Amino acid sequence: MVLRRTLAWSAALGALLVAVVLASTAFGYAAIGPFEVAYVLLGRIRVPTAGGGSVVWIRPFAAEVPRSTELIVRQIRLPRIALGAIVGFALAAAGTVMQGFFRNPMADPSIIGVSSGAAVGAVAFIVVPLSVPFGRPAFAFGGALIAAFLVYAVATEGGRTPVATLLLAGIALQTFLGAVISVLLLSAGDDLETAVYWLMGHLHDSTWGRVRLALPIVAVFFLVLLAYARDLNVLLLGESDAHTLGIEVERTKRVLLATSSVVTAAAVAVSGVIGFVGLIVPHVMRLVVGPDHRILLPTSALAGAVFLVATDTVARSGPTEVPVGIVTAALGAPFFLYLLRSREVHAL
Amino acid sequence: MIELDSVGVERGGKTVLDGVSLAVSRGELLAVVGPNGAGKTTLLRTCNGLIEPDEGTVSLDGADVTTRSAREIARLVATVPQETQLAFDFDVEDVVAMGRTPHRSRFATADEADRDAVESALERTETARFSGRSVGSLSGGERQRVVLARALAQRTPALLFDEPTASLDINHAVRTLSMASGLAGERTAVLAAVHDLDLAAWFCDRLALVANGGLLAVGPPEAVLTSERLETAFGVRAAVGTNPVTGTATVTPLSADPPRGYRVHVVGGGEAAARTLGRLADAGFEITAGVLPAGDVAAVTARSVARDVVTARAFAPIGREPRSAAKALLGAADAVVVAGPTADANAELVGGRSGRVFATDAAPDPPSNARVVAESELVAALDGEDVLASASSA
Repeated sequence: MVLRRTLAWSAALGALLVAVVLASTAFGYAAIGPFEVAYVLLGRIRVPTAGGGSVVWIRPFAAEVPRSTELIVRQIRLPRIALGAIVGFALAAAGTVMQGFFRNPMADPSIIGVSSGAAVGAVAFIVVPLSVPFGRPAFAFGGALIAAFLVYAVATEGGRTPVATLLLAGIALQTFLGAVISVLLLSAGDDLETAVYWLMGHLHDSTWGRVRLALPIVAVFFLVLLAYARDLNVLLLGESDAHTLGIEVERTKRVLLATSSVVTAAAVAVSGVIGFVGLIVPHVMRLVVGPDHRILLPTSALAGAVFLVATDTVARSGPTEVPVGIVTAALGAPFFLYLLRSREVHAL
Repeated sequence: MIELDSVGVERGGKTVLDGVSLAVSRGELLAVVGPNGAGKTTLLRTCNGLIEPDEGTVSLDGADVTTRSAREIARLVATVPQETQLAFDFDVEDVVAMGRTPHRSRFATADEADRDAVESALERTETARFSGRSVGSLSGGERQRVVLARALAQRTPALLFDEPTASLDINHAVRTLSMASGLAGERTAVLAAVHDLDLAAWFCDRLALVANGGLLAVGPPEAVLTSERLETAFGVRAAVGTNPVTGTATVTPLSADPPRGYRVHVVGGGEAAARTLGRLADAGFEITAGVLPAGDVAAVTARSVARDVVTARAFAPIGREPRSAAKALLGAADAVVVAGPTADANAELVGGRSGRVFATDAAPDPPSNARVVAESELVAALDGEDVLASASSA
């Protein structure tokens, strides 16, 4: 029953994602029609055939497309869209888990300081220029994980990590790291613009390299989260009840926390701090498919991908491009306020 | 099934449990009773591994709880907690299905046994009719039954109930406990913290009386529930009688007045007499009564408050035996009160008595040697100097 619903919803959202990706690829400064986009994509499909004793790859759908069109689609638009999808997917998945973990619909993926840590790492790298390949994402990723671990370590006592302590430690660390970022920005000089731009969250300089960086991390750790979806459901009954139902509460909490932190860190490292995706998307999907994480987690993740690809398309189709973080925040903040007004907020 | 061996628990430097040894075997319903804060919940929590005892051991099915994984424990013992919270709204059926968690591997979908367990748990707790509703839309009592269904779906050889009847109406409280006793009949070991002593005595095979972290007594309800123990445990005087309907022990707390140390014998039937009996017990007199018509409200009340009661079949001549029994009680009493309409034989007994004899205004035909007082002034009259003065005359 649950499996069938999950597959049906995932298939529908998957189809929606493909449609949004195609539509988004056709949008942009250079006028490229959706058919041309389809030709470019189909032209990349290779099919193995047997020819003269060895396997030969042929491209059965190859069609005549101008070289410049192909270049724009393949090297500029597609990596950005792919990265947008991955980041949206990751943030929404982590947000879903955090809302369940904290039993609080207002929680988001950065609640334990992951984004602030990433921001410190990234801004530090921007301000102190070092020549390291993928240095900015690597610094951001490292900063994110260090911050999350610090919060966890502070909140843990005698092998137990009370959720409320975790939440408060997260808030405290975020405030502190906010101050560190300000200090770094003050000494940024010429790099100020780059740093601020990064902090706003954008997909402007997406490359296939970043896609390759983020995709495996997000994919693997998402599967771990998926494997713990049912445990997360039981955890919503409260920790004592979860224990009596056979869940190793502290271990499960550690796994969920670590995994969703890594997923969030991977997303933030390649795109900067894009807010509200991880807050709104899980919330909306919860209204649609219900609270069962076995369905909610995959559908939220896919919806997050759709949402970020769509909002990034909006972000880059205006007269001047704006960071997508501004678009998501502009849509997200009013929605957040609507939630506050219309729904009872349970314990924080 | 569940064995506690001199278990001690400390919380924040305070001893919550101290040297508690207790065993619950399969097929038995044992109730832990005791005042608030006595350690009942803590005791239960040591049995499912939520609290690790600082001293002693708790074993489940022969092995120490602390060495077992949460999953192993959850396959052996299901818990119905006092309260449960759900932040997001699951359907009732989903919550009950979570009871199958310890039996299912991470990726397995529900099999026949899972579905069967969930379905029968829903049936048994009468939650099936709202199985599709969200838990948030239920009342507290309905939610309590859903949690009970969740525990039943675990299909464990042992069950822990923490105040299962706290938020239930009288109908469902009785149903829940009779279900617990039914489960015990199916070879489940059931350990329940129960607030209501009468219900505990009614349904449970044995009671364990806990106070101040220690075990005061364990045994059949009639043996455990005595006035002295209840006073030690709860700090309140209580009358222990027999419930005329269930035939089990019933406890009536009396107000805090200390016992006065002398005895009043009451005759008379009907509601007025029953009220007088209650008033006298509440005021701390030691009471005997009779002969009262069996089954009359006064006789029922007398059973729960009086030290001794003589009854005889109603609307029939009083036989020799009850008459002499009543005579003996009358002789031992410091004062006699006629509190309602009474048989001729009683009137004769009272009429022939010297010493203090009172009649309330509810007695239609007071004996000539009785001093008639208003029912509300009876205690004051008994307290009068003349009552004390005559204490030895009987």
